This record gives sequence, structure tokens and C-alpha cells, in this order.
Amino acid sequence: MKERLVFEIGKKGKVGVSLPRCDVPEEEPERLIPEQHLRKDLPLPELSEPEIVRHFTRLSQLNCGVDTGLYPLGSCTMKYNPKVNEEIASLAGLTRLHPYQPEELCQGALRLMYELGEYLAQIGGMDAVTLQPAAGAHGELTGMLIIRAYFLSKAQKRHQVIIPDSAHGTNPASAALCGYQAIEVKSDERGCVDVVELNKLVDEDVAAIMLTNPNTLGLFEENILEIADIVHRAGGLLYCDGANLNALLGVARPGDMGFDLLHFNLHKTFSTPHGGGGPGSGPLGVKRTLAPFLPVPLVVKQGKRYLLDYNCPLSIGKVRSFYGNFGVLIKAYAYLLSLGPEGLRQVAENAVLNANYLVKRLKDHYHLPYDRICKHEFVLSGARQKKRGIRALDIAKRLIDCGFHPPTIYFPLIVNEALMIEPTETESRQTLDRFAEALIKIAQEDAETLKSAPHHTSVGRLDEVAAARKPNLRWKE
Amino acid sequence: MYPEGLKYAKTHEWLKVEDNEGKVGITYYAQDRLGDITFVELPQVGAELTKGKSFGTVESFKAVSEFYAPVSGKVIQVNKELRDNPELINQDPYGQGWILVVEIASPAEMEELLSPSDYEQWVKQQEEVG
Repeated sequence: MKERLVFEIGKKGKVGVSLPRCDVPEEEPERLIPEQHLRKDLPLPELSEPEIVRHFTRLSQLNCGVDTGLYPLGSCTMKYNPKVNEEIASLAGLTRLHPYQPEELCQGALRLMYELGEYLAQIGGMDAVTLQPAAGAHGELTGMLIIRAYFLSKAQKRHQVIIPDSAHGTNPASAALCGYQAIEVKSDERGCVDVVELNKLVDEDVAAIMLTNPNTLGLFEENILEIADIVHRAGGLLYCDGANLNALLGVARPGDMGFDLLHFNLHKTFSTPHGGGGPGSGPLGVKRTLAPFLPVPLVVKQGKRYLLDYNCPLSIGKVRSFYGNFGVLIKAYAYLLSLGPEGLRQVAENAVLNANYLVKRLKDHYHLPYDRICKHEFVLSGARQKKRGIRALDIAKRLIDCGFHPPTIYFPLIVNEALMIEPTETESRQTLDRFAEALIKIAQEDAETLKSAPHHTSVGRLDEVAAARKPNLRWKE
Repeated sequence: MYPEGLKYAKTHEWLKVEDNEGKVGITYYAQDRLGDITFVELPQVGAELTKGKSFGTVESFKAVSEFYAPVSGKVIQVNKELRDNPELINQDPYGQGWILVVEIASPAEMEELLSPSDYEQWVKQQEEVG
């Protein structure tokens, strides 16, 4: 059933709460508020408490989330969010802290931040970490600002940042925001950076290369050591987009591959809710030579005390109010402690195993453009189905009928009709089988069934094109 | 799908030459892969294009991509209709969906552009890669 808008449910004069009679002298608003700020109408919906509770509860039931089913959204790592982390993040000692509290009264929180930074540095093979960036792209921006500050400090002018054609769109955006020109490097037939072409592009005008490893095809950049060598020899830096770190946890470290900077997506790899469920968090790790440029303050340890260190003359400054999204930091810290090093390694191993299991089950039914052992995700192409007029979008929509969130589609751009699938480690073999069977069934379904899907949702195909061309952003009677 | 009389770039733009002027648009294949186009960003009249370099962006409901110049030269006309009706590129990629007219700086550059049949081959290859 279609849920009506909150404006359509309400009725004039309805209230959610009945307030007691006012027991202080009443003042007219006109006396207290300047005339230009007063308005005659305030067209807000008016509903009773049960109406509003039912409305939002019904909406929540229409939702498709990781708590209701497999959510194989490639590159987004929609793994299950353990509920114990929520419990810990809601402890009063943490929720009732104020960011202006003096250091001696929040030693526990500072210790948590200090240790989380240390753990992340260890996991990524970095020397120092800032927890401030609010999400992945913000981590990238912070990293690019640090790269810029680093070259400025050496009085070097470099103008270019190299980015593969399979990269997340945020990479060129972050580089461009810092004044760099984004230069595209093509992928080779194995889906990795074309090293021959890279060699031609790298010179002393290149500040950095931004790489995701494993890349967005879910493939490990096999030539990473050679790539690092090419870029470092020209004096450039290597930035690792850590969006796909889930595949490497406890097994391999970007820092050991030659990366100089790496952002972590706590909301992906470290299991905190995201995509409507909570804010992100994108800590940035750097190698020692770049540490002086990190944002202030850094959490440091002196003897047994934890302090906020603002004395960093080369710092790029603050990138976020206070200390980052602290609630997310708590959950990531809890996740790390509950798993330990062994558990973390199992996360990566199972994520990779699950993805390869699905590849095996699906590759006879969908075109697999890069047929290799993958890491935590893989990209199928709907090219075969397209010959029958069926698009990746239709396949994705039909999956909703089968109880699954659709995968990422039409990304990466280098794959035609891309379906990018990341099952994550938290799914059982039974769930993976059900998902594979749904996709296999869809592969053979007729165009008519697919074009009109989803059939079992409260609304079907929304006009996404009209929404983009002529957005209607507010309700009007 | 790929009319005669036009020259094609591997980056999926077409060029229609009249004297020293070239009208530029994107091919049927390009608009089909992009899907429904929702926004285009175009250069100003007078801007200089460099062959192979980006001269604008196109946004569809799937992705944001770039237009690449099939030849170098100065922009002498821009299709203003596209600002309000970017869907013209989907509906009529070789007609009303044209993008701009450029004053061709170096006719020799056109030698690298493909004929309709060669371009069709190129598209087939792209499709096979996935």
C-alpha cells in the first residue's frame, strides 16, 4: 500500500501533545520578536501522536536495509552492524561528554581516540592518523591538502594527480578541489592500471597518484610495487583510497605496498551504520614524513596522560569541528576490540571467499568481463541481457522483488551495464545461495517482467529522469 | 545509427564538416550508453578546444562523463537549446542534439577520425570488452 505523505495524513487543529495551562504571565509574540521575523502562516503538518508514530513506523517497514536482508552494494561494504557496538556507544560516560570538557575530565575518551588511531595505523601500515575527517571523500580532501602542503614546504610546484579510469568519482573531485588537474590513466585488459601508460604520464609535475586497492573491479593491483616505484622515483606520492580495505584487513597493508597516505572508511570496513543509518567517518593515515601536516589537534600520550596537541606549526589546520564523528569512532573501536587481530583477518578472508563463491555461481549466467580471482567484490556485465533489451537497471529493480537490495549499477564506468556486487563477510552460505538463485532466475526472465519490476513494493519505477531534470522539492496543496 | 558524411572520434563524438567549420555532437552509441541525459555543461563561444581534451560535461541518471574535442579550434556556436532540453541529445543525437560548432584549426587532425564503418567496428570492439 502506498504510504501517504505526512502532510496528507494530518488535519488542521490536531496536536501530538497537550500542554498544561501556562502558569506564568503570557506575552504576545509581537512584543518579543521583531516584525520582520514574524510570519502569519506556518504550514506544518498537524497530527496526533499515534498517527505520527504509525506513519514513521510504516515507512521504516518499507525500508530495505542490512537488518532486513543482504545488501550487496558494491564498493559500499554494507556489512552487518553488530548491535553490541550501539550499546557501547550509548554508555552515559561517552554520550554525556561535552567536547569542551577539560582534558583531565575526558581521559577515557582521549584514550579511546588515541588507541583507535594506533590500531588504524597498525592495520594500514601508516605512522600517524587523524580521526577528524567526517567520511571517505573528506579523508581524500584532507589527504590532498596534506600533499599540497608537503610540496609547498619543499618549494615544489606540481599540478597533476593521476587517477585510474576505474576510480571512484570522488577521487578526481578531491584532487580538483585542491587545485590539481586530474589525469586519467587507463586500465589494462586484466583490469589493473596500465603500467606502460602510467610510465608515460609520470613526470615531475605529478604530485600524486590516487589508487584504490583492490580497485573498484574488486581486483588487486598486482603491479602495485612497480607503480609505487615509478611514482616515487619522480618524487610523487601514493594516495590509497581505503574504500576497499575490507579485502585486506590483517592480510596486507597499504603502507607496505608503498602508499604514503590512506583513508579508512570506518562506516564501511569497521561496521558502523551508514547510508542513512548514521554519519560516516574517514580517518586519514600518513607516513612519518607527512605527519607534521596532519590536522590539529592530535591526541598524544605523555606518560599515562592523554592530551590534545595543537602545537603543530606545519599543520593544514582543522578540517572538522572538534574531533570528528566521535560516536562512529566509539563503534569502530568496539568492533576492533571485539574481533582482535585474528578476527579481523577472518573478516577479510570471508569477505573474499564470499565474493569468489558468488562469482563461481554466477559467471555462466552473466558476462564476467574480468575473469580472475577477485577480492571482496566483483563486477558482472548485463551485456548478454542487453541484447534482449534488458538493462542493468531492470535486473537491479527485479532483485528487490526477491528480497534483496540491488547491487551498485553502472559503476565502474569501464564496464558496460555494470552490476557491482559486494556480499561482505557477514552473509551465510544459505543467503549467498538464495541471492545467486535469484540472479540466475532473473537472467532468464522475460523483458516484460523485468521492465515493470519491482512488483511487490509500495511504489514501483520512480521517474528518476524527471526527478533529476525537473526536481519537485516541496509538497504543495 | 552512424550516418554517412560524418567523421567519428574514438571518444564517441561526431564531426560534420562544412568548409572550415565543424559541427560536433555525440553518437547514438554514446547517448545510449549514458542513458537519459539530465544536464550538460558547455563551453562559451570563443573558447579554444584542443583535440582529445575535455570541453564539457554531460550528466545522465547513471553517471557524469565528459565531452572530448574531435578537433582543435575556436567555438563559434553553442546549442543553447540543450540547457533546458538536454534530452534532445537522446532524441536526436545527429540533429537537434548537436552540441557546438568549431572553427577547425588544423584540417590535418581530421585524418585520425573514423569513417562510419570503422567507427561501427570500434563500437563492436568496445561492446565485446564488456
